[in-house]
This record gives sequence, structure tokens and C-alpha cells, in this order.
Amino acid sequence: MKEAVYIGGPAPVGPDLPELLGRVAKGDQDAFARVYDRVCGPVLGLVRSVLRDPAQSEEVAQEVLLEVWRSAARYERARGSVMTWVLTLAHRRAVDRVRSAQASSDREHRAALLERTPAFDEVTEEVEAGLEREQVRRCLRTLTELQHQSVTLAYYQGLAYREVAELLAVPLGTVKTRLRDGLIRLRDCLGVEA
Amino acid sequence: MTTADLHTLTGAYALHALEPGERAEFERHLAVCPACAQEVRELAATAARLAQAVAVRPPPALKQRVLRRIATERQEPPRVAPLPRSGGGAGRGRALSRFSLAACLAAAVTFGGIAVWQHQEAQDARRRAQETHQRAEELATVLAAPDAEVVTGKLTGGASGTVVVSRGRNRAAFIASGMPKPPAGKVYQLWYDDGGTMRPAGLMDPSAGSDTVLLAGRVGSASGMGITVEPSGGSPRPTSEPVALMNFPAA
Repeated sequence: MKEAVYIGGPAPVGPDLPELLGRVAKGDQDAFARVYDRVCGPVLGLVRSVLRDPAQSEEVAQEVLLEVWRSAARYERARGSVMTWVLTLAHRRAVDRVRSAQASSDREHRAALLERTPAFDEVTEEVEAGLEREQVRRCLRTLTELQHQSVTLAYYQGLAYREVAELLAVPLGTVKTRLRDGLIRLRDCLGVEA
Repeated sequence: MTTADLHTLTGAYALHALEPGERAEFERHLAVCPACAQEVRELAATAARLAQAVAVRPPPALKQRVLRRIATERQEPPRVAPLPRSGGGAGRGRALSRFSLAACLAAAVTFGGIAVWQHQEAQDARRRAQETHQRAEELATVLAAPDAEVVTGKLTGGASGTVVVSRGRNRAAFIASGMPKPPAGKVYQLWYDDGGTMRPAGLMDPSAGSDTVLLAGRVGSASGMGITVEPSGGSPRPTSEPVALMNFPAA
């Protein structure tokens, strides 16, 4: 299994993420600090893309990192890389937060979501993820318009597939299949193994 | 939903784009569809690449805050055996009785997971011993107080609870019997009932080996107590329906 590499700095030397996480599970705080350095950038970037609000994003990112500390012993290598595990936690928490917040407030700014460019086009001041961003951008371009919109609305904005269907005015079944075949095309383009 | 329909949900599932009901149904399907589980792993790894493409430089203060917090944050023991497949869904954790936990631990011996678990337990036990020493003494004085009064009530789900109140010492204790573990990421929180307004009275620690807890804070003018399920760490106000509300004996 390939462990995702942190792009933008020198390749990390020393123990890899699964090994560090194993130490974290035994209460090693130094090991946790090193895991933090590797995962926090993507975690915060993802949460911010879903939630938009910087203060709330930091709060959720902090919850995610504390969860990594608490449940390090629950990580199972067979189920995916450490980076995937952490980012799955992060996305789940961000989505829960945005849906509970929106349930009580309006959703009329919905149409504005469509206008919103994917997060990586807006974030110009950050250079941390340069190479990774280029690759993802290139692969997203290989998707059909509908695949591209479905995947980015669901992932970067945290919309449920029903909301995506409503927003794009396409049948539910179509969104389901576009999410799946869009991701499969991305998987193949990015050379993801799991 | 047909099985063929379920297969196509791998993408929506990996992106957390399903409604709760559908997610539960799909998770039950995942348990019996290794091909789907493999596809979900790959698509979740793909989604993680999308996240890495939007990585930002986190503010240094965030790291300081997180590192400070973990110094006092308890860690969970490893999951020692596969969760039962029947039932499924979000409420699964709730259904784990003490008995089935014991069965899981027994299974862990077979799976060779017990050494790690014991290590974790030993660490936890040391920390707990220090933390609980003082509380245990206070608890004992409430339970043994000459004016201690006792009320027992049924909790939802068949568990029962007993409240011991000492007006003289102005403290109360709660003794649970047969309470299931709270769902993952949740805790039981205790509250004083000040005439309908709930005042936080601490968290129950179901892993502490004892089901008897001293309520935090003074009884004061509280007329009863309540228990709710809250996110880890507790809440300033109840965010869910109480699993129990019990009145204190009249003062």
C-alpha cells in the first residue's frame, strides 16, 4: 500500500505514518506531533473548503486531530492509509457540521454554490500543495462536466447527493452513478491504490 | 433498494453524500460485499487526494492548542473484535451490552490483540487511580451520610438507576445498573434539574470500572437529576432527549 506523501517540503525522513500512529496509540506525544505536521495542512484545507468560516474550520480541524489522538489504536492498516483514514474523519466531521448548521438556516444561497469555483482555484496564497494540486486539477479535467460538478459539490462543498441532484436539476440515480464513475476515473488518473 | 442499486452507492458513500438511512443500509450491504468494500477503500483514498490538493498552512497556534489538549485527553483502547453485523447502522454502538463486550475481549485472546489492550488498560488504570482517589472518598461520604436518601428508577433500554442524595452534605451520587456503552464519540452526561433548567453535573465514565459516580457540583435547590447522551467532552446544555429523569426525595 502506498502512503500518501506530503507535498511541498522535503520528503519526510524517519518513521512512516503507520509506524508513528502505532506509537501514538501507545500514548507517545512526540509521535503525535509528527503525525500532526504531516496531516494538519490537508485536514484544515479540506474542512475550510466545506465550512468556509475560518474560525469554525479551525475548531473542527482541532476536533479531528483530537480524535486521531484518541482513536489511534482503532486505525486498521488493512482498511487504507493513515492519510485516508484521517481525511475521512475530517470530511465526515465537516459534513456533519455543515449539515446541522444548514438544517436550521436557509439554503437559498445554494445557487451561489454553483458559481463557486473549486476551492483549489481560489486558494492562491497557499503553496503547500502545489504539485498535488496540479495533478488533481489535471485529472479533474478528464471528467465530464456532470461528473466534475457532482464530485466537487459533494466533496468540496459537503452536499448530500440529493442536494446535488436538486442543484444540477438531474435525476437522483444520475448523480449516484456520476459520483461513482467520476471517482473511478479520478482514481485511475491519479493512480490511486488501496 | 435492489442489490444492483446498492452497488452504485460506493461513490456517494465514500463522499459522505448519503442520507443517514441509506448510509446504514449501505453499510449492512458492505459487510457482505467484499468487492464493494474494496471499491469504497479505493474511492475514499481518491477523495483523500482531492483533500491534499487543497492543503493549507495551518496557523502555529492551532498546533500549540492541540498539543496542549492531548496531554490530558484519554485514549480509547483498540477495537478488539469485529462489530456484530446484525442490527447495523448508527445505533450499533448503543446495542453493545457489557456481556457482548466481555465476549469481544474473550475473542481478542484468540486474535492475539490482548497484549496491546492490556498495555492500554494498565496505563488507563494508573491515570484513573490518581484521578478517582479523591472522588471516591467524597463519594463514600455521600453514600454513608446519615441523611442519605435513595430513589431508584427505570432508564430507557431496560437499565436502572439509583440516586443517593445527602442534603446535609449537599451532594448526590448516581448508581447505574445495566447501562449500555454510549455510542462511539458520545458520553452520558449528568444534570441537576433546577426546576426545569438543567445544570451540568459531570460525565459518566463507563470504562472506569464502576457504575457509581459522584455528581459534580452541589445539589443546591435541585429537585431532581437527568441523564442525556452528549458528544464527547459533554455540552453546556442538553442537546438530546434525556435517557432518564429522576426526582429527588422531597427536602
